[in-house]
Amino acid sequence: MRVAELELDLEAFEGPFDLLLTLVLKEEIDLAEVDVAGIVLAFVETLRNRARSGAAEGELGEGDLEASGEFLVLVSALLELKARLLFDDEAAELAELEPEEAAEELARRLAEYRRMKEASAWLSSRLEQERDRYFRLGPAPLRPVRERPIEAQDPTALAAALRELAVPPKTVSLAHMSLRYPPLEQFVERFRSLLRRRSRFDFEDELGELSRVEQAIAFLALLELGRLGEIAINQAAPFAPIRVERQRKERNSEWTNARSA
Amino acid sequence: MDERPLRLITNSPLELLARTIEALLVVASAPLSVDELAEAADDGAARIEAALRLLAERYSEGRSGIVLEYVAGGYGLRASREAAPACARLFERPAQRSLSQAALETLAIVAYLGPCSRPEITRIRGVAAEATVANLLERGLIAEAGRDDGPGGAIRYCVTQLFERVFGIASLAELPRLDDLGGDVEQIRERLHAVAEQRGA
Repeated sequence: MRVAELELDLEAFEGPFDLLLTLVLKEEIDLAEVDVAGIVLAFVETLRNRARSGAAEGELGEGDLEASGEFLVLVSALLELKARLLFDDEAAELAELEPEEAAEELARRLAEYRRMKEASAWLSSRLEQERDRYFRLGPAPLRPVRERPIEAQDPTALAAALRELAVPPKTVSLAHMSLRYPPLEQFVERFRSLLRRRSRFDFEDELGELSRVEQAIAFLALLELGRLGEIAINQAAPFAPIRVERQRKERNSEWTNARSA
Repeated sequence: MDERPLRLITNSPLELLARTIEALLVVASAPLSVDELAEAADDGAARIEAALRLLAERYSEGRSGIVLEYVAGGYGLRASREAAPACARLFERPAQRSLSQAALETLAIVAYLGPCSRPEITRIRGVAAEATVANLLERGLIAEAGRDDGPGGAIRYCVTQLFERVFGIASLAELPRLDDLGGDVEQIRERLHAVAEQRGA
């Protein structure tokens, strides 16, 4: 069963549900006139009839569940639209919902729901794959980490410590905030020229006496070169030396340059 | 008498550590991280990992009735898949038994958007979520995780380690990317906009 095909026989409208939705979005039907409860009743009635004629009594098929989900999202969107229209003097920006905005709002809701529905389908198939999983469950509470009691303390020591804390702190110098550092390009050029001479180098070897800030800029320069595809950056393991290698592409162009020179 | 199997049992320090880890994993009711194992075994993380590799080889599908796996952010033992039918005759699994479509959708929402509150779940699914949320809490697949900001903030929920174990994933990063889901979403949006534009023209 498809939601779109739900036949409605309401006071304001007679026809399939998707046509009603279309007309509402086109504002050819005043939503205020639409009996949303009537739509719900028609849907429930259809489901009931299907269940009666279906194989399993009172049970919904997979397709019906899907249709129900979609239907609920659509109807709740309609209800919200209607509520906003009925209270249009309450919030001007809500009342002025253009058809395009209404369409977008509906699309957004449907999209959000669809994604979650697909995610749940993934979970469902995963559960099927993993139905052979048996593992130990249940309480084996971890032993609480024993607190180490502190030695008997002298209250005057605490008072002295507090007194020290009560002194207003010194004004913090902001001198270090105006950091001076060489421009990124300088390192970019430096690494480029290095790689013209050698095909690879270790990043750490090039840091020398650089300050922390300069090291950071040098690293940014490395990332920049990596982004431009001029180098390959490798690290065997966390904290291992960072190995920088010239990319083949660069070598080729250099070779071409050399030949054309 | 064939002596070969006996030769495998050595008393190397790594083997002794592996035995300790074995013991810890048998007692544990939830997967243990390398750090937790290191703390309990009073040994270094690198050696713990080496011992775990030893055990993973020993306890693998087809070799043993017990399988060592990395799941839900830690190492844990489970029954081999061969033994599942026997396990099923003896044990019940209340957490994963007949999860309804509503429950799976709610789980998906909490897994992707969590911590998120019941009103958020209700908004996305378009149906009241009380019963489903209560059911998932009862099963231990989701747990409370703070409250929404502001006075009277709704309780937020997130998925639990049990969720990851039941679905056999190492972490939530193994779920499919949200961007890769909802393939027909654009089509719906276009259709709705086309309708809206017709009226504007």
